[in-house]
Amino acid sequence: MFTGLALAIVSAPGWDEFRRAFLSGHRFAADFPEIAHAFLLNVKIFCIAEPIILALALVVAVVRGIPGPVFAPFRVLAIAYADLFRGVPTILVILMLGLGMPALGLSWIPTSLTFWGVVSLVLVYTAYVSEVYRAGLESVHPSQEAAARSLGLTRLQGLRYVIVPQAVRRVVPPLLNDFIGLQKDTALVSVIGAVEALQQASIDAAATFNFTSYLAAAVLFVAITVPLTRLTDWLLARERRRRQAAAVAL
Amino acid sequence: MSAALEIEGLHKSFGGTEVLKGVDLAVEEHEAVCLIGASGSGKSTLLRCVNLLEPIDSGRIVVAGREITARGVDVNEVRKGIGIVFQAFNLFPHMTVLANVTLGPRKVLGLPRGQAEAEAVELLGRFGLERRRDEYPDRLSGGQQQRVAILRALAMKPKLLLLDEVTSALDPELVGEVLALVRELAEAGMTMVVATHEMGFARELADRVYFLDAGRILEQGPPEQIFSAPQEPRTQQFLARIVAAGRL
Repeated sequence: MFTGLALAIVSAPGWDEFRRAFLSGHRFAADFPEIAHAFLLNVKIFCIAEPIILALALVVAVVRGIPGPVFAPFRVLAIAYADLFRGVPTILVILMLGLGMPALGLSWIPTSLTFWGVVSLVLVYTAYVSEVYRAGLESVHPSQEAAARSLGLTRLQGLRYVIVPQAVRRVVPPLLNDFIGLQKDTALVSVIGAVEALQQASIDAAATFNFTSYLAAAVLFVAITVPLTRLTDWLLARERRRRQAAAVAL
Repeated sequence: MSAALEIEGLHKSFGGTEVLKGVDLAVEEHEAVCLIGASGSGKSTLLRCVNLLEPIDSGRIVVAGREITARGVDVNEVRKGIGIVFQAFNLFPHMTVLANVTLGPRKVLGLPRGQAEAEAVELLGRFGLERRRDEYPDRLSGGQQQRVAILRALAMKPKLLLLDEVTSALDPELVGEVLALVRELAEAGMTMVVATHEMGFARELADRVYFLDAGRILEQGPPEQIFSAPQEPRTQQFLARIVAAGRL
């Protein structure tokens, strides 16, 4: 079947044109170093955003789980935030913040495009990741909190030493999934003009009338996300084996 | 000299269901009191109220002369002095035995790690668990897990220990080791309230037995009286069922 598909593509009327425009080995070699260099910005955005997301999302998830009427406004705020930023397309958030904030002309507001790119991704992904954490927190049986509190631990200590460590362990695979999404979405920052891999590829494409540069960018993204995906699969499989082993032990 | 624990007129409902309908109970220092009664009679809820894990609707709970159900009482402070052990062990699965036992002393009592661990190792050693110190709970038998759970509560040096059907989740052959540990604590003078289905054990361990039925204390007294000459028809029925089931 694949052979058939490959044949169909190769024998397509535009194949020669396509090959010249998208699969030029010469353009690939010429553009790759520049794009690889620009890709460092994607990696940098990812490396700055991810730790912030992991920390903030945990705070949002914990706030959503605090019981009691006193905390109701905070819970509502956390829910509204998560709903809003999961609903708005990431690219819109980046456009609005990246173009809007510098346009305010306030001297103390950073104008760096990368900065606003990071902020946008943090806002969007924190909303997603907080949901992942929340699922983890809710999966820890209430008897664990009772055991922690019965020792005299405060609610915060119970979270810190008993609930959160168990919750995080359970959601590592879905967290990694979101890592992969974030790594890919760093390319969206190109829409406000930050010169990362996709933007560099577009620049090259425009300069040479050849689109092979996009292939070079794609190769770079795949080089990062595929190992991450394999790691996620491996962790998922390990978790499943563990649970089965635990079930057998019972 | 006030009692170690006094409960007066305790009411507690979950939704529309009244689980405790005015319970009065008193435990003297160094006394082991057993709560018996059918499942659903309110034994677990009573113990959870004493540990302030459940807010009460009305009544008073006084521990060592201090009303712990009064407004503005620091619940964490109260719980320091009251240990509770659960039916399902509730050990922390992500921590070793040693970490389970030292968490409270380190984080609540503020002991330095070295001291907390030395005390925990000594405690584990006294009850034959020192070789398990670095194991995770899921590697232990149910009996060992429950003994670790009891030691976790004991590590806080509580003045009062609440045991909530600590053998109900165990295979029959593992019940003995846990009961032996509880017996040893009672002999050492630990003040205890023990909710149990093990009538033979209650009879032997208890200084006094309370029979709880549908959220009320129907009868209380020394074990010989409750088990041999119960006054209330409901107590007689309950014990007759237990005897018929071969559990006494």
